[in-house]
Amino acid sequence: MLHIVNRSPGERSTLYSCLRLARPGHSLLLIEDAVYAATAGNAAADAIRAATRTLKVYALAPDLEARGMKGAAIEGVALIDYRGFVDLVAGCPVAQSWL
Amino acid sequence: MPTGWSYSATERARTGAFDLEENAGAIKKFMFVNRKAPHGSVYALEGLEVVLISAAFDQDVSLAFLDDGVYQLVKGQDTKAIETKNFSPAFRALEGYDIEKLYVERESLEARGLTEASLMVPVEVLAASDLAALMAGQDVVIGF
Repeated sequence: MLHIVNRSPGERSTLYSCLRLARPGHSLLLIEDAVYAATAGNAAADAIRAATRTLKVYALAPDLEARGMKGAAIEGVALIDYRGFVDLVAGCPVAQSWL
Repeated sequence: MPTGWSYSATERARTGAFDLEENAGAIKKFMFVNRKAPHGSVYALEGLEVVLISAAFDQDVSLAFLDDGVYQLVKGQDTKAIETKNFSPAFRALEGYDIEKLYVERESLEARGLTEASLMVPVEVLAASDLAALMAGQDVVIGF
């Protein structure tokens, strides 16, 4: 299963709800303002680091670039482009957007 | 074509304009409080536009950045790949509009792994308690 989160952890609790309910082996894709969660020093970075042990965690590179945060992406998070986004969705039987 | 209603609306607008003229000498302290990240919603862009408009009214304008709003000032934003307007360079133009009071909450920077060096314009980094005191001294506070 693929979980897609688009809200900053500094603004909404959707990331934490997702992390609570995602099961080992699932994929997590961070897009839009959610990419801040995967940057060094963000209050959610430890939760993302912990998640990389059980989930495959991805962040959309164009969204990191737009925010000037690409260089701050933490290790263990795979950066993908729009093509990778499509491949990820196409490769997962179920995708849930945590709006 | 004009109805009674539209005449009275015009009249009201005229009276409003007259009032503005009468109060032209009064300078108020305006603080714009920016709390949203720059590209995930329209708040940051709209807020910046209101700030630029406010510059035309010769008021005492300051900007505060806290929570995810501090991300608005991060250097090196490049929106080419997401195909939206990159409005961040406009923060560098604020100086030209005599808007030079930019305050950033230290706690918000720290919770995001950012420092003053991460930001594209000179700012004054303040502890929450100092920012709170500045905020409390304003005539008008507008949040985005």
